[in-house]
Amino acid sequence: MTFTPDEITAIWLSLKVATAATLASLPLAIGVAWLLARRDFFGKALLNGLVHLPLVLPPVVTGYLLLIGFGKRGPIGQALDACCGIVFSFRWTGAALACAVMAFPLVVRAIRLAIESIDPKLEAAASTLGARPVLVFATITLPLAIPGILAGAILGFAKALGEFGATITFVSNIPGETQTIATSIYSYTQVPGGDAGAIRLTLVSVAIAMIALMASELLARRILRKASDL
Amino acid sequence: MRLALDIQHKAGPFNLDVKLECAGPVTAIFGPSGAGKTTLLNILAGLVRPTRGRISVDDRVWLDTARGVCLAPHERAIGYVFQEGRLFPHLSVRHNLTYGEAFAKDRAPVATFDEVVSLLGLAPLLTRRTRNLSGGEQQRVAIGRALLARPRLMLMDEPLASLDAARRAEILPYLDRLRARFAIPTLYVSHSAEEVERLADEVATMEAGAITGLRRLTR
Repeated sequence: MTFTPDEITAIWLSLKVATAATLASLPLAIGVAWLLARRDFFGKALLNGLVHLPLVLPPVVTGYLLLIGFGKRGPIGQALDACCGIVFSFRWTGAALACAVMAFPLVVRAIRLAIESIDPKLEAAASTLGARPVLVFATITLPLAIPGILAGAILGFAKALGEFGATITFVSNIPGETQTIATSIYSYTQVPGGDAGAIRLTLVSVAIAMIALMASELLARRILRKASDL
Repeated sequence: MRLALDIQHKAGPFNLDVKLECAGPVTAIFGPSGAGKTTLLNILAGLVRPTRGRISVDDRVWLDTARGVCLAPHERAIGYVFQEGRLFPHLSVRHNLTYGEAFAKDRAPVATFDEVVSLLGLAPLLTRRTRNLSGGEQQRVAIGRALLARPRLMLMDEPLASLDAARRAEILPYLDRLRARFAIPTLYVSHSAEEVERLADEVATMEAGAITGLRRLTR
């Protein structure tokens, strides 16, 4: 099986986009999951709804909202460009943003469940031993939630890898810049004789997904083993 | 130690109204289940904020709702031994024991690590995971962990209640030694007259959310 240069570019780009989307959104996802799991505040239902919105909205709508907000003329897009030179529209960074937004609800959900399953009495015990809230989080909550965080990250990575609707709406399908595995398969299905290419990339998708799943399994096992060696 | 508290707390149908001044060093809070003993300890620890009241330990004010003062649990320098151990499952026994030390660098140690380990017989357990410990072993680790947090006041919430008679008999000598070796002010909550007679210098009786008497035991 040989790949065309465009296909290889698309594969690397997909990996880059999914990795960036996962890593960049993970700290925020952990923070939001902790807020939803452990704190009561005004507007909690609103935050919860906002986080889950990409799960229920048509991806095209999410992509279009990103285009309006983060595009060249969008208020947030313009502000980010002016202040820090960050540009999303029709760049791979935009694809990563779209993937991160689409994967966010899944990641937050997995981490929130992990945090909710931790006994708050352990956190209370840590605070009586002198740990400030932020240290309680760092030394008790976070390490105990690691299996859930890992599961959430893998889930997010898989979702980001397969994201199509929001990405193509927001940053289009430009070979070498925003064309991922998913959008190039779509391109192949739009031209006569594209089947061979579509099948090649489909196989790659399956392989990456399998590797990600097995890697997470291995990682989880290693963490458990390490934890029992302490 | 001089501990003075005057607390009113309403939680649903339950009313806590406690006035108590005690000198210790070991003060038992003695009463039937449901009298509000654990709630009182949680208020002392800062885990529950009472509706109204004031708590002072020696010349430090921990709580004064009239002046809007309420120290967080980590600012109170306590060592809380819970009924159910509450050891950290992701840490070894050794790391459970040393957990509080790093946060208490500004206070003098109550006891060194080695002293606590030998007093509570923890040496063979240090590298173990907490989930494989027996109930008695868990409580000994919990006591050691609280001691090593360099507490000014120990709070012990029926540390023997979750154990059977044999385990209880195993731990009691450790508590005796603790009393004799370190003069740490302690509030010891219990519904067992036997434990109270054996361990306390004074006994406050508690019933239905109020302290009904305070007497010194002769030793």
